[in-house]
Amino acid sequence: MAHLKLNLILFGLNILFRYCAWKYPEFKRLLTEKAFTAVIRTKDGSVARWYRFGASGYSSGAGRQDNAEVVMTFKTAAIGAKLLMPPIDQLEQINALKDFVITLEGPEEEATWFTQTIVRTQSIGWKYGVDQGNGVRRYTQMTNGGPIFAYVKDDKIIRITPIEFDETDPKPWTIRARGQEFTPPRKTTLAPHGMNWKSMVYSPDRLLYPMKRVDFDPNGERNPQNRGKSAYERISWDEALDFVASEIKRAKTVHGPGAIVNSHGSHHTWGNIGYYLSANFRFVNAVGMTRVHHNPDSWEGWYWGAVHHWGQSLRVGQCETYSGVQDCLENAEMIVFWSANPEGTSGAYGAMEGTVRRNWLKDTDIKIVHIDPYFNDTAQMLGGKWIAPRPTTSPALAMAIANVWINENLYDKDYVETKTKGFDVWKSYIMGDDDGIPKTPEWAETECGVPAKDIRALARDWGTKRTYLGAGGWGNGHGGACRNATGIQWARVMVCLIAMQGLGKPGVSMGNLQWGTPVDSNFYFPGYAEGGMSGDLHHTAMAVELYQRMPQLPSMNTVEQSIPRLQLPEAILEGKAEGYVWDGKSMQAQFNKISYPKPGYSEAKMLYKYGGSIFGTMSDTNRHVEMYRSDKLEFVVNQSIWNEGEAKFADVILPACTNFERPDISEWAALGGYAHHGQTQLNHRVVVFQHQLIKPMGESKSDYNIFLELSKRLGLGAYFSEGISELDWAKREFEASDLPTIISWREFIRKGYCVIPNPPEELRDPVAWRWFYEGRKKDVPEPMPLPSDYSEEYLKGLQTQSGKIEFECESLKKFDANDEDRPPIVKYRPSWEGPKTARAENFPLQMITPHPRFSFHTQGDGKDTFLNDIEEHRVLIDGYYYWVIRINPEDARARGIKMHDIVKVFNDRGAVLCGAVVTSRIIPGTMHGYESCAIYDPVGEPGKSVDRGGCLNQLTPPKSQLKKGHSMASSSSMVEVELWNEADSGTIIREQVSYSMAAE
Amino acid sequence: MKKWNAIIDVEKCNGCHLCTLAVKDEYVGNDWPGYSAEMPKHGHDWINIKQKVRGQAPLVDAAYIPVTCQHCDDAPCLKAAKNGAVTKRDDGIIIIDPEKSRGQKQIAESCPHNSIFWNEEKEIPQIWTFDAHLLDDGWTGPRAQQVCATGCFKTVKLEDSEMKKLAVEEGLEHLNPEHDTKPRVWYKNLFRYRDCFIAGSVAAESDGIVDCVEGATVSLKHNGDQVGAAETDIYGDFKFDQLPENGGDYIVEITAEGREPHSFKVTLGESQSFSDIMLT
Repeated sequence: MAHLKLNLILFGLNILFRYCAWKYPEFKRLLTEKAFTAVIRTKDGSVARWYRFGASGYSSGAGRQDNAEVVMTFKTAAIGAKLLMPPIDQLEQINALKDFVITLEGPEEEATWFTQTIVRTQSIGWKYGVDQGNGVRRYTQMTNGGPIFAYVKDDKIIRITPIEFDETDPKPWTIRARGQEFTPPRKTTLAPHGMNWKSMVYSPDRLLYPMKRVDFDPNGERNPQNRGKSAYERISWDEALDFVASEIKRAKTVHGPGAIVNSHGSHHTWGNIGYYLSANFRFVNAVGMTRVHHNPDSWEGWYWGAVHHWGQSLRVGQCETYSGVQDCLENAEMIVFWSANPEGTSGAYGAMEGTVRRNWLKDTDIKIVHIDPYFNDTAQMLGGKWIAPRPTTSPALAMAIANVWINENLYDKDYVETKTKGFDVWKSYIMGDDDGIPKTPEWAETECGVPAKDIRALARDWGTKRTYLGAGGWGNGHGGACRNATGIQWARVMVCLIAMQGLGKPGVSMGNLQWGTPVDSNFYFPGYAEGGMSGDLHHTAMAVELYQRMPQLPSMNTVEQSIPRLQLPEAILEGKAEGYVWDGKSMQAQFNKISYPKPGYSEAKMLYKYGGSIFGTMSDTNRHVEMYRSDKLEFVVNQSIWNEGEAKFADVILPACTNFERPDISEWAALGGYAHHGQTQLNHRVVVFQHQLIKPMGESKSDYNIFLELSKRLGLGAYFSEGISELDWAKREFEASDLPTIISWREFIRKGYCVIPNPPEELRDPVAWRWFYEGRKKDVPEPMPLPSDYSEEYLKGLQTQSGKIEFECESLKKFDANDEDRPPIVKYRPSWEGPKTARAENFPLQMITPHPRFSFHTQGDGKDTFLNDIEEHRVLIDGYYYWVIRINPEDARARGIKMHDIVKVFNDRGAVLCGAVVTSRIIPGTMHGYESCAIYDPVGEPGKSVDRGGCLNQLTPPKSQLKKGHSMASSSSMVEVELWNEADSGTIIREQVSYSMAAE
Repeated sequence: MKKWNAIIDVEKCNGCHLCTLAVKDEYVGNDWPGYSAEMPKHGHDWINIKQKVRGQAPLVDAAYIPVTCQHCDDAPCLKAAKNGAVTKRDDGIIIIDPEKSRGQKQIAESCPHNSIFWNEEKEIPQIWTFDAHLLDDGWTGPRAQQVCATGCFKTVKLEDSEMKKLAVEEGLEHLNPEHDTKPRVWYKNLFRYRDCFIAGSVAAESDGIVDCVEGATVSLKHNGDQVGAAETDIYGDFKFDQLPENGGDYIVEITAEGREPHSFKVTLGESQSFSDIMLT
């Protein structure tokens, strides 16, 4: 019976090939692409059928054809029949592969082609997009800044727009509060970098062909010292891939495991399959590479500091925010935006979804206060009281507020008594009982520059009102002051303040209307951090839910060596580096130390760089330039979309296409993992099928296909791809989600998007922290902390040892009670990169470098895109688009600087040319310029000369916020600025870089 | 006959530039025959966002204003054009024909709102067309409105009489009324960009401690008349807005219980902030 069934299925496959070839010319062409014979058979040969492909035509017949190039073998006919009988069960397929009851032999190219062609019979007839007449079709895509409709005609993108919902899409939610009804408009929004995408696709800086540095000869002189200087020549894909594959083999055979290091940026594209945490991780794991261990770059203070007071390790130290929008609008009397600029940072992934909600504040009597050295975009839009401390001094300001609250009985004593621990210890520090220095407003004024009277007024205002504390761009963290040298202190003291006011009480919580909308958090669609097709259970959040839903072969990096990212240059140049891990599993996981090199592994000799450049995002990045020009890196390959930043330092460049040029699937603001339920930033959950809008530009290929081509050269083609294409992977992810319960695949890929219906009012998420305030078991829908991290009973209390908010942290007492970087209670220690340090003598201005408003990481900047014309992003002076630096009129006047002068911003780490914007939105003594510039454009020798591109991170301190951590402190640095003098030699003299400097 | 009007609320604009990016997305690389030729990738700001920062830190505010072709009913460009290169559609929209206008630089120079851009390469004057090609294709509004997340940029298609009524109700104004070109673009809360303020923070000392003075009465006088009254908030702050630039001399008078009355003169050029007013 099984024999007959399998025979029939194999015959059916033949018919299917013929039918598809008859119906679809594209498929007919496909069948002539390769010339070979494939056989599908049982192990004993009792059932077998051959399929022959080639220019002379397709044919098939029964029989084994022992000389066939590709052979797919099932152990028995029963197994074959079961696995091939539609509907295909993915779990059974994966299990069969794992159990070796199905095997695939033959040359990689043909074998992968054969399985992909079988699967192609399913997708060849799919119809995408909606006809708009006149040859225009409307498709959908996703950007980091929101989903879009794309209007396409003749392989050209005509326009991209936000998605306006049609009458069949679900109704929006309504929040009833203060006798009003608040309902968001029925469309999606875009961040500026999202609206900019067409110009990124058609950028003249696109890499269109594989290239090789002209003076790089893998078999002769490699000339690493010329990286960043030498020109490139076009080579074929075969040459490029052969170079890279042979260098991978060479690194492993000559130097051994660990010799290849993978450095990836974050978020240069969007899409769950072709993502860095997805296809890239599967490839890296399959090859075995030293990982560059990322620091929690946007959350530093929360992860290394706040965690110890309230747990939340799996959220990088940021707290739950469920239903915060309802609670805030209904119950709050005031919002304090502290180092929080959600209008300028779009919630990172949330476009302008929060804007309409914050605008609702104008219809209420909720008071608004902004605390930031810069009169930021949120302050500009909402108005309110602006309190402007000097950068890095917010902890002192916060402690003075606590001092007033204690003196004037303006805090919730009952809450502090019952829900927290260790308050008295901190109180004695705040009141000066232990060190003789009461942390009064007058004391704080000398640190932060905010008049004591204003601090007292703020403390009284806040202490008498139910107040939401919106700290950082998400309101519960993210960006801002957590990234400077006192970032850990700041995040810690934020927790202390909100605890004093009764966190969880109606109207008292963390948030600034950026998170916590009443969308359906129970509807499952995976976030990017869940790893897509990575198979990686260790370094993604796949294990939580996606792995069970989307069966796939696991992948595991056998190279356990990693390099702490902040010391990547030191690791290469000096051969050693140290740091601590970013691992959210528990509060204690961060106490694990990483040392490089790891015993038994090779030092890194080859760099596989993927994605956006980190010259603009890491700290003191002339170090990175120096690293590239060292002979210690024998080979550098860069897989990049645009010719910018680090790509110009590679030996071989592999041109990738954008996600507009390949299929994928994703939901916006769906992060998963460390930002569980990120979709609650949205007014509408929208999952998008990312249509391939146009053919890849030039000869560029999708990241997936580049990895696949390399995999084939390493014998890993079938393992990497599981025999299918990225389109098929997208369908697998669709099936793994809850989408099939509300939309068919065919309708989904036609319409392109699906709006997830909102739950009825009575089924909305419980309000964050209310369970804690009311002493109930945890009831918000997050799988954190892990069960063993509860001290008493599961779901009872917090992750801390006491289960309470700890003013004095038990975890820190145990780890190192005498650590001056991070004592058990939060204390104020002025920044080592601040106005009261010796550095300030030569470099008296504090420069803050927050997350950019118009671009995202390096996305959108440079590349000759539309963003260049936004004068708050770059400013055109004498034919060059300069990065913007904001300076107060007083400081500008003292230096003879006028609006839109070219200025040199410098210190002993480097010098960067910028366009000056003279504005009262920044306080005297302080300058403001975004981090994340994409361009690095040295006027002379790379690493030794002034950068005209705008990489302000060349000037930022490389030192970690704390020795026993791995935490960048780059968002505030001491600099000087002067008018650019054309006669300037353009060279820079750097202070000696050493491993110890970054480590200490 | 209903005609198109744009209503821009200056108080709502947060300078995100989505409208300017949407315009580039629509017109760069796209030719819309009969409506517009391709927009140059750089150098043209068919919708141009300008910023005005008022006052001195920390008593500042900042406003953005999108400026674009005002689609004037009495448009100087109409008069400046030869061969009928500029036309006024029945729905109020101005169109500069990309063919007929070739070489007619005087059209660009005629605009008192500086909203006609000269395309050096094509030698034609160009404007934001209100996305007329899309409206004619059934779109319900231009892309600037579609992409605007703050609600700053709105368009309405109304009878002129209805629009006039709405303008009165909502306090809408024109950008450069002195030119009297009868624009179809209206501005709300224009004072945020055009006018000045006088703001201050009031404090006083008691027992060696300086505190903000809440509830102080502040009045503003000009030419002997009281033109404003305010009460300080918990931060001791007051603000008089909607004062004309270069408005001359003003007197600020502050009285607070138990304190000496305090007054000072302000000669108004631009907005002024007085962060440390001490009462004795």
